[in-house]
Amino acid sequence: MRKTRARLAAIAAVSALALVTACSSDNESDNGNGAGGSSGGSEGGSDLSGTISGAGASSQAAAQQAWQAGFLAANPDTTVNYDPVGSGGGREQFIAGGTDFGGTDAALADDELATATERCTEVIEVPVYVSPIALAFNVEGVDELNLQPATIAGIFNQEITTWNDEAIAADNPDVELPDTAITPVNRSDASGTTENFVEYLLAVAPDAWPHEASDEWPVSGGEAAQGTSGVVQAVSGGDGTIGYADASQVGDLSTVNVGVGEEFVSYSPEAAANVLEVSERLEGRGEYDFAYELARDTTEAGTYPIVLVSYAMACATYDDAAKAELVKAYLSYVISEEGQAAAAEAAGSAPISDTLRQELQPAIDAIAAG
Amino acid sequence: MSSSTELRHPENQPPPPPGAPLFDKPVSRLGDKLFSSAATGAGVLILVILAGVAAFLVVEAWPALWADPEEVPGGDGIVLYIWPLLFGTLLAAFFALLIAAPLAVAIALFITHYAPRRLATALGYVIDLLAAVPSIIFGLWGLSELAPLTVEPTRWLEDNLGFIPLFEGPASTTGRTMLVASIVLAVMILPITTAVIREAFLQTPRLHEEASLALGATRWEMIRMSVLPFGRSSIIGGSMLGLGRALGETMAVAIVLSPSGGITFNMISNGNPSTIAANIALDFPESSGLDINILIASGLVLFAVTLLVNMAARAVINRRRDFSGAN
Amino acid sequence: MSTSPPSLDKAPEPGEPPVVLERPALTHGSLPRRAAPLALLLWTALGLALYLGADLNPVVAGLIAAVGYTVVICGWSRSVEGPRKAHDRLVTAIVTGAFLVALLPLVSVLGAVLSRGLERFDADFFNNSMRGVVGEGGGAHHALMGTLIVTGLAALISVPIGLLTAIYLVEYGRGALARYITFFVDVMTGIPSIVAGLFAYALFELFFGAGVRMGIMGSVALSVLMIPVVVRSTEEMLKLVPNELREASMALAVPKWRTVLKVVLPTALAGIATGVTLAIARVIGETAPLLVTVGITSSDNFNPFDDRMATLSVFSYNQYATPGIPPEPFLDRAWAAAFTLILVVMALNLLARLISRLFAPKTRA
Repeated sequence: MRKTRARLAAIAAVSALALVTACSSDNESDNGNGAGGSSGGSEGGSDLSGTISGAGASSQAAAQQAWQAGFLAANPDTTVNYDPVGSGGGREQFIAGGTDFGGTDAALADDELATATERCTEVIEVPVYVSPIALAFNVEGVDELNLQPATIAGIFNQEITTWNDEAIAADNPDVELPDTAITPVNRSDASGTTENFVEYLLAVAPDAWPHEASDEWPVSGGEAAQGTSGVVQAVSGGDGTIGYADASQVGDLSTVNVGVGEEFVSYSPEAAANVLEVSERLEGRGEYDFAYELARDTTEAGTYPIVLVSYAMACATYDDAAKAELVKAYLSYVISEEGQAAAAEAAGSAPISDTLRQELQPAIDAIAAG
Repeated sequence: MSSSTELRHPENQPPPPPGAPLFDKPVSRLGDKLFSSAATGAGVLILVILAGVAAFLVVEAWPALWADPEEVPGGDGIVLYIWPLLFGTLLAAFFALLIAAPLAVAIALFITHYAPRRLATALGYVIDLLAAVPSIIFGLWGLSELAPLTVEPTRWLEDNLGFIPLFEGPASTTGRTMLVASIVLAVMILPITTAVIREAFLQTPRLHEEASLALGATRWEMIRMSVLPFGRSSIIGGSMLGLGRALGETMAVAIVLSPSGGITFNMISNGNPSTIAANIALDFPESSGLDINILIASGLVLFAVTLLVNMAARAVINRRRDFSGAN
Repeated sequence: MSTSPPSLDKAPEPGEPPVVLERPALTHGSLPRRAAPLALLLWTALGLALYLGADLNPVVAGLIAAVGYTVVICGWSRSVEGPRKAHDRLVTAIVTGAFLVALLPLVSVLGAVLSRGLERFDADFFNNSMRGVVGEGGGAHHALMGTLIVTGLAALISVPIGLLTAIYLVEYGRGALARYITFFVDVMTGIPSIVAGLFAYALFELFFGAGVRMGIMGSVALSVLMIPVVVRSTEEMLKLVPNELREASMALAVPKWRTVLKVVLPTALAGIATGVTLAIARVIGETAPLLVTVGITSSDNFNPFDDRMATLSVFSYNQYATPGIPPEPFLDRAWAAAFTLILVVMALNLLARLISRLFAPKTRA
């Protein structure tokens, strides 16, 4: 009796498992052009096929998802994976050869560049994702706020502690400021967003900001939250809070107009993309290495200087010809007008300009089998 | 095949030679040998795995231990980098256990000895399910449901009990405090702790319980005299399982806690010490080079702490060994 | 078990003249049968009234009701039934109260997962992967399969090892080795999950080079976390098998290994099944170790020996951590994935119960 029951149970379990594992996703069985929202691919079939994997900055995750969808629509036989492990992991895996391409919020450091060049003969590093970092605040009765860089530094360094401080009032004569305490909110995880924001403070208000640039928040005692969504949640959950976060995720929160030169600029994709126009490429790196020294202290009108620039990394030569083709096609799509528009829609990034695209295209065209 | 054939005396055994002692040595069978060596092998394999983990930790942490203090984040060397994290870890886990252990015993008692049978089965089931809720969900729950609830009470605590260092304040306006982190951890370890204790309580010999009731004991006296002593090693064992989980919990703490202060016993402000595991999760993705070694060194410390905690627990359990059925 | 002790004797009649030797009362008085529920009802009503009428904080109102009930029932019981009974009632009130307090957050968590998870809990969610999906739509078919495969393999690795180790510890282990193993199994329960993940990564890196990602790596990492839980719970259960059973079996000259397999294991089977289910439940929702070993992909990959796989927990985490705009569909997917995880464990639980009902000998009436 027992034995039969056991056997029956075993058979039932195994067959249930087999039944479940046998089928594949509905949207994959019909060649992958499933429920995609954006269809920006070119008409006609493509002969590309295969799989490429990338890993890196989580800031790019939503944009990468959009790029994959768009690329897939045009090349149904391909698979692109992007694993948002973080910039550090992305660089490490790319250098070690674990991934075919990578994403990073900070350009490769010199020693990393050297080892990467060994793998790749020539490293391609192009800015693909530009996102404004907004300063979101939640203060009862205040909808609009102008802040000078030094004031921003003072607030985040906890020198300016109440909202009706003179430094804030001076720039906002028309706003009735309450006497609530300021709770600055920062990222608790190491992130490219923090690094870019701290670099900005360091560049524009070196007197009010005594801390070094780092991807970890240097001031203790504030409110700290994990990830962009955590910061946004903390800002909207408290009273008298102010935090920095990727502009696309800020939602209904009011944001600060940042002082640039003589005027106050509110964030917009165009104003953020302008930063790359006024910035210089880093010297002494490879021909195809488009790492930028961002001009955060710019006084150019209509430029929003607090931005996160995230790069895509690839090799100029791959052992596998098919892989080289695929990486080249994918990155071409990423920087194309459609690709950048898809990312802007899905992730709120700032599309790169046509002039920049023309500069970048030769670098991607250089990808070949070797 | 019925097992009754096995109960007969083995027939292939030769009769003992005349004059030989009746029992010279235990009969050894192939099955026994295979079985016991498989069991021993599994045990040894566990030691090997653990040695592997330890070796990995030590090798990866080595460069960080001898690193130039200047290169460690904070610039004060590895010890001063890890100490606040360790402090935070212990603080959070201690309060979590303080909340969870009595509750777990109460739940287990309620389910096994107080609740009506049908209700008890259903409840046990619900609590088992909670062991499966992924930790990030506990984190999100703590962030969106629990934290806002604590804002008012913590403000009250600050005003009225502010002289106790735990409630010194200033109270956080978002509720993302050490107190909330401890409660979330407590809720997280409740299911697993309860399950272990409950199983042990269920196994209390019925005869002991009935004998005790027959002698006129009230239900509580019966529980105190027969259930609790029997389950004591399981209570400690279950609590240790819970403590292990609380010490090493990563995602929930990372999401809930606002880690931005140094060492403080203040449970209700927004400047809290971080915990080792949460700190690894928060910083690992963006780290490379020496920073990774430093994070793994902090993992090694956590590992060592667990070792110590378990040593203490083992010592306690060993003193109570007499209640096991198989000694 | 009923709460009120049976009344064997009647109290001495009031009119009876005093006897020479005073007859001691054989029983204490006892509260009326409905005393406790009625008192509880009364105080609950009062608490509700305070909450609704006087606008009191629900927590404070609940506290007042609970303390009020406890004080009244204990005081009453002490005066009528004596201190021992009163003590018993006090403990009953405390245990029940603690239970209710503990249940609140647990129910709240389940409620949150249920209400938010149902938003996207539809057929599409189970039939689609995230391949080619931007914004709304998409599903977690790939992640569900990945979780089943990775966790299944982890169970396949850890259950035999854990079970055998527990058998060794309880049935064979004597001396130093057994002590070491017991101790280090305890140590192993404390390995932070992320460290287990890093360990598995480092192990596979040795053989497959840097940046490797495979489903089986996740299984190994989860096994490191799962083995000690299996050992600990199985060990506890085996220890609770009465020695008399073993002795009886041995006395009938059953070889030890058969005693273990046919007598000890079946007796403890129900507990072991619960333990294994718990162990699976413990690891199935792990995020951190899978994040560093299995990674994430948006397409189907059911081969655990090649490239990245999606798993429900990492899927859920990713949807939460890196949402696009608007974030709502991403969060909905995250909650739905968590809800699915709970359902998977529920199914496992049912299976464990089925197993224990089918195979375990009846130990209790």
